[in-house]
Amino acid sequence: MLKFLFTVIRRDVLLAARRRGDWLTAQFFFVMVVSMFPLGVGPEPSMLRTIGPGVVWVAALLASLLSLGRLFADDFRDGTLEQMLLSPYPNTLLALGKAIAHWIINGIPLLMIAPVLGIQFNLPPEALLILVLSLAIGTPILSLLGSIGAALTLGLRGGGVLVTLLILPLYVPALIFGAGAVEGVLSGTGAEAHLSLLGAFLMMSLLLAPWVSAMALKVSVE
Amino acid sequence: MNWDSWEAFWAMGGYGLYVWGSFGMTLLCVVGEIWLLRRHRLQTWQRLKRLKSWDSQ
Amino acid sequence: MNLYYYASPSTFYPLAGKLIPWFAALALALTAAGLYISFFVAPTDFQQGEGYRIIFIHVPAAWMSMFIYVVMAFWSAIGLAWNTRLSFVMARALAPTGAMFTFVALWTGAFWGKPMWGAWWVWDARLTSELILFFLYVGVMALQAAIDDPRRSDRAGALLNLVGVINVPIIYFSVKWWNTLHQGSSVNLTRAPSMAHIMLWGMLIMALAAWMYAIAVALVRARSLLLERERQTDWVRTLLEAKS
Repeated sequence: MLKFLFTVIRRDVLLAARRRGDWLTAQFFFVMVVSMFPLGVGPEPSMLRTIGPGVVWVAALLASLLSLGRLFADDFRDGTLEQMLLSPYPNTLLALGKAIAHWIINGIPLLMIAPVLGIQFNLPPEALLILVLSLAIGTPILSLLGSIGAALTLGLRGGGVLVTLLILPLYVPALIFGAGAVEGVLSGTGAEAHLSLLGAFLMMSLLLAPWVSAMALKVSVE
Repeated sequence: MNWDSWEAFWAMGGYGLYVWGSFGMTLLCVVGEIWLLRRHRLQTWQRLKRLKSWDSQ
Repeated sequence: MNLYYYASPSTFYPLAGKLIPWFAALALALTAAGLYISFFVAPTDFQQGEGYRIIFIHVPAAWMSMFIYVVMAFWSAIGLAWNTRLSFVMARALAPTGAMFTFVALWTGAFWGKPMWGAWWVWDARLTSELILFFLYVGVMALQAAIDDPRRSDRAGALLNLVGVINVPIIYFSVKWWNTLHQGSSVNLTRAPSMAHIMLWGMLIMALAAWMYAIAVALVRARSLLLERERQTDWVRTLLEAKS
């Protein structure tokens, strides 16, 4: 079973590594969106510091959503997905593996770029640390919840934007706790409460999302 | 009775815009929904009739 | 009376047809009573003057928006568990009405907020949660509209609905949390004017009116949906003959 999980993850990561363009685009999108905000609201340092955590978090959210369209779509198109669903291994494991792979491909690079962007917004070192930590807990949530959206919208015309429409409301708690954690550090109230709640949300997503994604896959493929 | 006159009723103690803006929009939404519903129903019947006439050809 | 008898579209359709006028009549009567209380019985509020009368729409609409979402989720769950077409149709029929109530709650919330607290939109916990609920409704409707195959469309929408309903308490909690942290403006729409009994009655009657309306409208919509879906069956064909 575990071998199946690792196979799924390994396959996706290998495929993504061979098509570097895809995930690089998502990362550039992340950087560009974040950079747009100072251009839109002005470069005043203390204001940027205030909006920084939120902006980075929302951009991370959008970059994640961008890349979700492809989560199942490529395999669906060439029939691999159907085969994988027919295999004796539980579909929940397939969905979990896909989500983990998505996080490795898209989430981890986000974590590496985020502190650099945080500096653009004048965030002090302790805030940058919490920013990365909050995203480290938050991006797996995005991959997990996003897999539900990707499974539901498999093969549909409105594809990318539709997933965003469906999943963004569900992400709200993660956004609030994640960005809130960084703001907690900035304002001195501390980030523990936010991070614990975020962690709890991750646990819940880990338990429920793969199961729901698997059901959604069955609905979409049948 | 709360109101001395019709004018007082419409004015709502100065809050007329907000009160009637609210009740008015609600009325609009309800009427709109009912209208759309009727239209949907009529269109469904027309569609079914058309399909039936094609079937019998 | 075996309720399962009505789980079939062919029996549900005429039953719904007979029920609709009753629910419509109830809705009208209760609305008339509610409006009468709202304008002619409930006294002027000490703090908010006449402006507070908006709550007689705002609160019932908000209640209904949440109630309908839960009822939708109920039908979605039944549909997914027992594969009953009619359950999915009921869930589908309720969605637009629920979205409408959510919109009304948001609009009246803004129109209430402006005179009372000076801003057209305040990011308080309840209004913000209501906004997210609106997005959830739109999401389900958009997903179902994007899928052509009715079976997949029903099931996908039902799944999304259930995911949403589980999330709503979490979302509400997180938004409340967020709101208390950012207590810049100490706007608290949750602290409504201290309720005189008559005000509560007014809201309850309006809520009941809204509920009757929602049932009537949902039944009408369900009937139209059934006609469309079951057009190949004998009972629809018979109806069509009778109509021509």
